[in-house]
Amino acid sequence: MATLSPAPHLAPRLDVLDARRVRAEFPIFERCRHLPLIYLDSAASSQKPRAVIEAMAGYYETCHANVHRGVYGLAEEATGRYEQARAAVARFIGAPSAREVVFTKNATEALNLVAFSWGRANLRPGDVVVLTEMEHHANLVPWLMLAEQVGVELRYLGITDDGHLDLSGLDAALDGAKVVALTAMSNVLGTLNPVRRVADAAHVAGAVVVVDASQYVPHLPTDVSALGADFLAFTGHKMLGPTGIGVLWGREAVLESTPPFLGGGEMIRDVRLDGFTPNELPWKFEAGTPPIAEAVGLAAAVRVLEGIGMEMVRAHEIALTSYALRTLDARFGADLVVHGPRASAERGGVLSFSFKDLHPHDIAQVLDQSGICVRAGHHCAKPLLRRLGVSATSRASWYVYNDESDIDALAQGLVACSELFCL
Amino acid sequence: MPGLEDLYREIILDHYRNPRNRGELACPPARRAEGFNPLCGDEIVVYLVVDAEGRVSDVKIGGQGCSISQSSASMMSAAVKGRTLDEVRALNRAFKALMTIHESRLEGDEGDGSGTDTPVPDPAVDLGDLAALQGVVRFPVRIKCATLAWNTLTNGLEELAQPA
Ligand SMILES: Cc1ncc(COP(=O)(O)O)c(C=O)c1O
Repeated sequence: MATLSPAPHLAPRLDVLDARRVRAEFPIFERCRHLPLIYLDSAASSQKPRAVIEAMAGYYETCHANVHRGVYGLAEEATGRYEQARAAVARFIGAPSAREVVFTKNATEALNLVAFSWGRANLRPGDVVVLTEMEHHANLVPWLMLAEQVGVELRYLGITDDGHLDLSGLDAALDGAKVVALTAMSNVLGTLNPVRRVADAAHVAGAVVVVDASQYVPHLPTDVSALGADFLAFTGHKMLGPTGIGVLWGREAVLESTPPFLGGGEMIRDVRLDGFTPNELPWKFEAGTPPIAEAVGLAAAVRVLEGIGMEMVRAHEIALTSYALRTLDARFGADLVVHGPRASAERGGVLSFSFKDLHPHDIAQVLDQSGICVRAGHHCAKPLLRRLGVSATSRASWYVYNDESDIDALAQGLVACSELFCL
Repeated sequence: MPGLEDLYREIILDHYRNPRNRGELACPPARRAEGFNPLCGDEIVVYLVVDAEGRVSDVKIGGQGCSISQSSASMMSAAVKGRTLDEVRALNRAFKALMTIHESRLEGDEGDGSGTDTPVPDPAVDLGDLAALQGVVRFPVRIKCATLAWNTLTNGLEELAQPA
């Protein structure tokens, strides 16, 4: 079946990624308004390749039925596709077993599952949860809610002025900690955090390590064991996949000690009027009809990324980030302040910046006029922006379909902003 | 797609670059009202002195934000200074009407407005420079930027109306 084969046309295993060739696989770039689409907001959501769109359409056209329920052939086929998708995701992140891969609605739901199911069962009033100042609200608010509801104590690792995680207070923060929850890569600063180092220290202290890998899995080769995580959350729509599906990976033993999250069909083995027995992993966490077509789409996305090669993706983004830092520096000097690390090997392809005294809204509006999509705002990381001393930033982010011409267009667009506002 | 010139009229850019009545006033006698747009972090502080005859004898604007919120605040300050509170309220209604009518038209509601609570602009109220902001309605996410200053002022006036 075409949708199950890798995408060989995307896999010219040369030493550099040919972004123009990749881009040709994304129908949205053919969206012909009066000007070409220059999409620099993949950190918010990536575009979708034809292979993903067709895999989902093909699934609906040829084999949809509810999963894990019917005895008829069609339902078995749909179940097969859904479980194959789980296996594809497990392979992609180096999970020892597909039993450890739970499909959720998005990364946010995955992180809520950890905080509420694992957290409520394992945390007591006064227990310590260590977070960082650079977390997305998705890895912040569930823990703040737990602080309110259970009375856990939250501690924060700060950041240094150059946008790295400040590890000087790590040992003190870990003293008595039960959980350390941190992002593998900041969606604002682009900082790649030393997850393994923090995880090792956390494990010595006896804490469980929760990694928000929403910005990591789409962009870097991922091996959950090498990262040292106990839980790892990410989201399909940022990695060429569809919206409506996310992933929670958990170490089998930790998942076993986690009670179910939502209750309903699928997640039970038996229900009586006076109680229920939960299903086994991973279905115990998948109440109700799951996102089946989305799982099929996500698996197709995984195959596209594997076809390109994650090392290649990473190398491409390092190159583009270096190019962007060089170009913007040369063009604007001190007028443009990049938030986050300067070395492209220490960061992902997410560039938040402040430009002169221009408000990010005005910048995004003017850039839009040239077909350039960038993000303006707080990027769901208000505590981090407060720490940076800004109320909003402009953020450009790139992926497999972007190349230097997009960065040049951004620089050109910023010149137009500057001219319009005469600043 | 509406052009940038619809949004960034020269008069708007002028108010952005050279904001009128920028600063603070001692409270009391001034009243202070603060408005916040949580979406973009824009912040407006309005200082208002209303004299014994019910006129806005002085107004100052503080805060920070995008060109639309800042220029709208600047224009508002110029428009309300020296006006009676009734005149200020009429201006506020007229400005909101300017924003809302276009907003509903944007949504394809071309009705005559009867039977709805869509505000109707009062032809007797001259919006002056503020009329330049009408292009904002073609950029729906920016409407909140344009109305932030007025909402802040309205809140301040409501407090004023309550017995101290
Ligand atoms: C670091 C990080 N964590 C979590 C999320 C939440 O992803 P989702 O909205 O798909 O749940 C995002 C994306 O917005 C993110 O960038």
